[in-house]
Formats: sequence, structure tokens, C-alpha cells
Amino acid sequence: MAIREDVIVIGGGLAGSVAAIEAAETGASVRLVTYKKSTLRHASGLIDVLGYNGSDDPITDPFAALENLPADHPYSVAGEAAVHDGLDRFDEIVGDSYQGDHTDTNALIPTFGGAVKPTARYPAAAAAGIASDDRPMLIIGFEEMTEYNGSMLADHLEAAGVPFDVEGVECSFPGEYVNDSRVTRFAKRLDINENVEYEGRTTGAREALANEIEPHVGDAERVGLPAFLGDDHTDEVRTDLERHLGVDVFEIPMGPPSYPGIRLSDQLKDAVDEAGVRISAGNPVVGFEAEDGEIQSVTVDSKGREVPYHADEYVLATGGLVGKGIDSGREEGVTEPIFDCHIPHPEDRYDWFDKEAFGDQPFAHFGVVVDETMRPLSADDAPEFDNLRAAGAVIGGADTVAEKSQSGVSLATAVVAGERAGERAAKHEVSQ
Amino acid sequence: MSDAEQASDFDPTTQVDEFEPVDVFPSSEDMDLRPGADNCYKCTSCDTSCPVAEVDESFPGPKFQGPEQWRLKRGEDVDIDDSILSCSNCMRCDDACPSSVPLSQMHNTARGEYVEEHMDKLSREYLRNRMLSNYRTLASIGSKVPRLANFVMGLGITSVLGEKIMGIPSERDVPEFATETFRQWFKKRGGSKVSNPDKQVAYFHGCYSNYNTVEVGKAMVRVFEEFGYEVLVPKQQCSGTPMFANGMLKDARREAEVNVRELGKAIDNGADVIASCTSCSMALRQEYPELFDIEGIDELSEHTYEAMEFLRIHEDLEGAIHESEVDPQAFAYHAPCHARNQGLDRQAVELFRELDGAQIEDVGESCSGISGTYGWKSEKYETSMKIGAEMFDHMEHAEGDVGMTECPTCAMQMNHGTGYEIRHPLELLEEAVAN
Repeated sequence: MAIREDVIVIGGGLAGSVAAIEAAETGASVRLVTYKKSTLRHASGLIDVLGYNGSDDPITDPFAALENLPADHPYSVAGEAAVHDGLDRFDEIVGDSYQGDHTDTNALIPTFGGAVKPTARYPAAAAAGIASDDRPMLIIGFEEMTEYNGSMLADHLEAAGVPFDVEGVECSFPGEYVNDSRVTRFAKRLDINENVEYEGRTTGAREALANEIEPHVGDAERVGLPAFLGDDHTDEVRTDLERHLGVDVFEIPMGPPSYPGIRLSDQLKDAVDEAGVRISAGNPVVGFEAEDGEIQSVTVDSKGREVPYHADEYVLATGGLVGKGIDSGREEGVTEPIFDCHIPHPEDRYDWFDKEAFGDQPFAHFGVVVDETMRPLSADDAPEFDNLRAAGAVIGGADTVAEKSQSGVSLATAVVAGERAGERAAKHEVSQ
Repeated sequence: MSDAEQASDFDPTTQVDEFEPVDVFPSSEDMDLRPGADNCYKCTSCDTSCPVAEVDESFPGPKFQGPEQWRLKRGEDVDIDDSILSCSNCMRCDDACPSSVPLSQMHNTARGEYVEEHMDKLSREYLRNRMLSNYRTLASIGSKVPRLANFVMGLGITSVLGEKIMGIPSERDVPEFATETFRQWFKKRGGSKVSNPDKQVAYFHGCYSNYNTVEVGKAMVRVFEEFGYEVLVPKQQCSGTPMFANGMLKDARREAEVNVRELGKAIDNGADVIASCTSCSMALRQEYPELFDIEGIDELSEHTYEAMEFLRIHEDLEGAIHESEVDPQAFAYHAPCHARNQGLDRQAVELFRELDGAQIEDVGESCSGISGTYGWKSEKYETSMKIGAEMFDHMEHAEGDVGMTECPTCAMQMNHGTGYEIRHPLELLEEAVAN
């Protein structure tokens, strides 16, 4: 029994990281076991609480809207206080790198499709792009990036009825690039301010980029670029561009690879480390040993060999369908692969989905059912195990993608699961 | 299968033509990589984790090298793109992929096919890569006359000729051979000092601990003996790591056959296999069963451990470290990519944080850039150093001015970029628990 902790958290995304930190705050020894890179790395990096609820109109105050949610919604189960606690914990972890904590009201942030997304917290790098601000805006696209077009984005924003003038323009990213160069190359070049050849002279990539943008600024008081302004030195890149251009510069969240998601993921990892949580990354949890309704150990598949990891309390934060915390098959139906926790779902596979792509999809609600302490419940409403809790997208009961609520659900359920696990582990120690 | 068995199984009614023997080597066509390719949902996690793509924009990245190239290859007139030779086989894409696409397996098979079918076997590049891959053969000759070999390799003219003739970067210092190999030392001391039929481990020292950093091998033996293990040192060849990375799959298979057979004997007698080099353990655990079909290869994979990992699982290593003390010293620790893939990247930091006297700091997630033989090629040297720049920078900002890592080539790169002396975790562990 060499590998032993008070609490083991399975999953290293937003929910797992926050649950681990929360548990460590209670004084428990905590190990985070994570397999592959988190799906957080392809997410927008925006922290939403509740953006929509059934209608096409965005919700202004997500907290006021919580009471309208059904009883089996994770927010209803965790309670409003948990949603606030989750955000407080998040604010503490990310510090000044995120904004939005001054109000309960949703901010509207432009996305790379030209829509505006209601969100509770947003990276400081995206702050100047907020849609409730009426300053004229310029959106820069790059000829080298096929997935992102400045003029189209501006047109879409205008069509969405934003209260400011917005123009879009295509520029060329300074320096020599191969035709299908990736966003990571641009980011790296700006991050280290690599020298590039620009208009006959050698200059830093940041200055060259500012010179390329400058002739287009006109009356615009803020300039939006795809979210690739550096990786480790994103604040410096943005400040340098702002200094050269004399206007605010902001990032527009993109699809994968998403730097705001990657940065948040890196920030969480540092916070987990700083909280004294031990991290085992790279191998999956594939099974467990239980006795008298309590999990004794989880089994980690260490490249073909099964190694037991022991703890008093466990938190399951393995994600939803995309993160593979939930699986499905023709024979087995919808399953939670590690502990085989109960996931309610129609027996007939053809009842799992709606024929309308953007209809109310039953599969989007799939996930484990939890009690108010986040313990997954069996089909007869009894806890699957006394010492197992769930957090994040593995919990069902809501279409968090349509609602724009996944980050908030992850945070709220993670603080409850993490805190309860930590406290209960302490009791174990006292009673032993 | 013996001839006698074949004779008794013979059924004259079966048409011989229908029999298709399963031979997964050397053609990748026999390995079913389709489910892996279909698992890719293009999230780009592999591309953003690839250290080569980050600094070399002409490199199309792991997503192309793996699932996309595999799909392109379904067309008969498409050959493997030569950019596969720019993949360093760091295997970070494996670790990144949230959908379990077997990226490194796809790269290894594509590279093997490219080298086999499209590389001129008389080209300088091929010969150089073959030589680098077969470092063990070179080292076994050099270490017969270590002082002479070290003298010759240290000469300026050797380095100039190496660059001009072979394409070995003259910037790098060729590692020195130990005057006594690990195996010679082990034999001279009379084998293991512990005799314990119930607690035996077979040490896979690999090439580098045998010919160059013998102190790592000695530390391994002393630490395991301290915990009551009898250490066996079976006959062994190169793990194959440099051969996979250079597409020399036939060479790798030849070595693997010996390793599977010899280590298999120890496993049959109840021993587990321990490696001190994380690329060696990676090869035995993952690449062997992914690439070869040799009897006993799965058993070897299941019984192989990295040294500290084994002790963490089977002994109270944390307790032992907790009770120990070493002279005050601070380390800048770098986790090798292949350690990361086995879930071992935090192990040394986690354990040595508990050791009185030792200070250890993780210098971050970046790759060292050398990736075995990769940084030993003139045309890759610049890329290798660009990748390593972040690690060098973090090392210099770390408190310690001694480096630490499990991987011998990462250690070369760390030393090359910073001038720091580099130690293996087993050496510190020996100081803590075996003195």
C-alpha cells in the first residue's frame, strides 16, 4: 500500500483541478490522477454560469435565473451558494488574469464566429472586446489563417446588432510563413518576439505586426485579433501592441487550438501544484476495489500494468461525452466506465437524440445523478459508494452546451465535492 | 511450432492459398491502424503539444504524420512524406491525445516504411542514422579501449571530420566511455550482494549506463539491495529506442528478440524488470507490443518498471526518504518526454521534496529537444537547440545549479545548454537511503 492519500481526484480539467484544490484547503493530502490533456485546452477559456434557458435571448443575471431551473439540474442540486463559492474559488485561483467578478450580470464577449457569448468571467485579454462597450471596433483577420476572417466576423457582429461601429480587415502576418502555417507558430513568434523581415528591415514580430495593423486603425478605439497573442507572455504581447497602436487590443476566442483554454489549463495546473496536491498524469484509472460500500483503491493502468492507488475519499471528474467520462455502446447503453455509476437513459438508442440538430437533445443531458453532497446515486436513489463524489461534466441533468453553463456547473459541483471529500477524509483519520 | 505438430494439424481438404500468415513486420499494412485513425476528432491537442512543430513551421505536425497520412496512404499512388524524418519520436502527442489515437505507433510504422522503401541505403543520411541507432555496437567497440576512444573522440579533427563526413554536429561533445563498464563492475564485485529468491529484479541497464554513466547502474544496484532485492543482470541488447526513432525497425526487432528472450527467462523465475532509463522502459512497455509480435513480448511489457516507480509501488519509499537526510544540495529537474508518457514526470519532484537537505524544482513541461539521436544530426541541431531554449532558460532561473533527469540524452542536452553537471534521481536516492 505504498501509494496512499486522503483524497484522490480523477480528472484534471476545470472540475478536477478545482475539486483537488478545494480538498487540499481542508488540510487533506490530495492526489490528482489525470490521463490525457484536458478538453479545457480546446475550450474558449470563457467561464460561463448560465447564458440561455430555453429562449434565444441571453440571460442578463444568471443568478436570478437559477430558480427557474428544474429540480434535477446540477445547479438546483448543488444550491446557489455553491455557484457563488465556485466562482469565488475560481477568482482566487486566476487573480487578475480574469475579469467579470465586479458584477453578477453576464458580459457579452464576441467569438470568432461573429456571435456574442454571455459569460460570467472572461480573460483580461478579451476584456476590451466586451459588446456592451460602445467604442468603435476594428477586427483584424489574417490571410494566412483560413479559419478566421476579419470582415466576415465584423459583418456577423453588425448583424447581431452590437451597439458600436465595427469594421473588419485582412492583414498579412509579418515574416515568411509556409502556406498552411499553424496558429501555434504565430503565437510562438509573438511570445518570444522573434525577429522577422518586415518592409525591408529586421524587427521584432510584435512591432512588425503593429506596423501592419496601424494603417487600418482609423477611428477605431479598440482592435480585436484572433486569440494567439503569445502563450507564456500574453500580457506583454498585448501591452506592446497597445503601446505601438495607441488603442486597446483584445483577443477573440477561437476554436482549437485555443490559447485561452491552454493558458487556463496551465494556470490551473500551477495552482494545483501550489496547493500541495500531488499530480499523477499520463495513465488512466480503469477500475477499483470496494468493500462494504466504500471504495478501497482505484486501479491505474500504468502501461499495461495495474497499480492500486489508495485513498479514503474519491472524486470523479472525468468529463462528459467529449472528455470520455461517459461512454456509450450498442449493447451496453450509456455508461460511466470507471465505477459503472448509474446513468439514466432511454433503452432504445433512437430515443437518445432529436432529429433536429439544434433541438433539445436527450444525449446532452446524460450523466450521473448526484445527491446534494455530490455522491452519484444508483437507480434506486441510494449512493453508489459512501466515499465517491462527482464533479463537472460527468454529472447529467442539463444541456450545458445549449445553456452555456458548463464552467459554472463544473465550479459549483467541484467545490462541494472537493470540500466534502476533504472534510470526510479528516473524520476518517480521527476515527482511526 | 514443431514440424511434428504441423504434420498432425495438416488437413488435406484445406486450400493452402487461403492461409494468410500474420506477420506484423515489416510492412505497416498488416497492422490495423484504422480504429486509431477514426478516433481522431481533429482537436489539435497533439499539434499544440509537438515540440518540433512549435519551432519548425515546415513540419506538418503529428496529426498529419498520424491519422491524416494514414488516410492519404489508402490511395495507391501516395507515398509517405519525407517530413516523417523530422518527427523526433518524443511521443508527446500520445500523451496529449484525448481520444487515444496511437500516434507514435502510426509514426513509427510510417517512418519504418519510409526508411525501408524510400531511403537510399548508401546515402550519408542513412548510414549516419544507422550508425547513431546502433550506438551500442559502437560503444561496445569503444569501451574495449576507453582511454584511446575518449582521446580520439576529443580531438578537434575528429569533430570536424564527424561534421563533414557523417553529419554529426561539431558543437556537441561526444560522451566519454567509462574506463570500466557497468557489467565489468558487476561481475568483478561478484554479482548481487543480496541473495533472495523471493525478491529478485532483473536490471535492464541499457547502453548508456553500461558504457558511459556507470554510476547510475551502480546506484540502482545499491539502492535495490538496500531494500532487500537480489539484482540480476541478464544478457541484453539495445532497447531499440534509437532504432524506432530512425525507422530502423529491422535492427530494433533483432535487438528486441534477444531482450524478450533473455529478460523473459528472469520473468519466468519470478523477477520483474527494472530500467533506469525512461526511454528504455518506454520501449519495453509500449513500443515492443505495439510494433512486434514476439512470443513473451506482452509479459515483458507487463513486468517492466522504471526503478523508482517500482520502489514506490512495492516498498515504502516515501517513508524511507522521509527518514533520510543528505548534504544540502539543490537540483533543477527536467522530466523526459518518455517519462511523461509513463506517468512518471512528477515522481522525482514529489519524492525528493520530502528529503531533508535536498531542494528540487521542476523546470517545466518543455522538451529538452535532443530526443535521443535527433539532436545528434547536423541538419536537426538548430531545431534541437531551439526546442531546448525554454528548458535552458528555466534551468538557469532555478535555484539549483545541478541538473537532474532520468534520460541520458536529455542529460547531454541539459549539460550542453547550461554547462551544469547532471545527475540521475537514483544517484540522489543512493545517497539518501543506501549510505
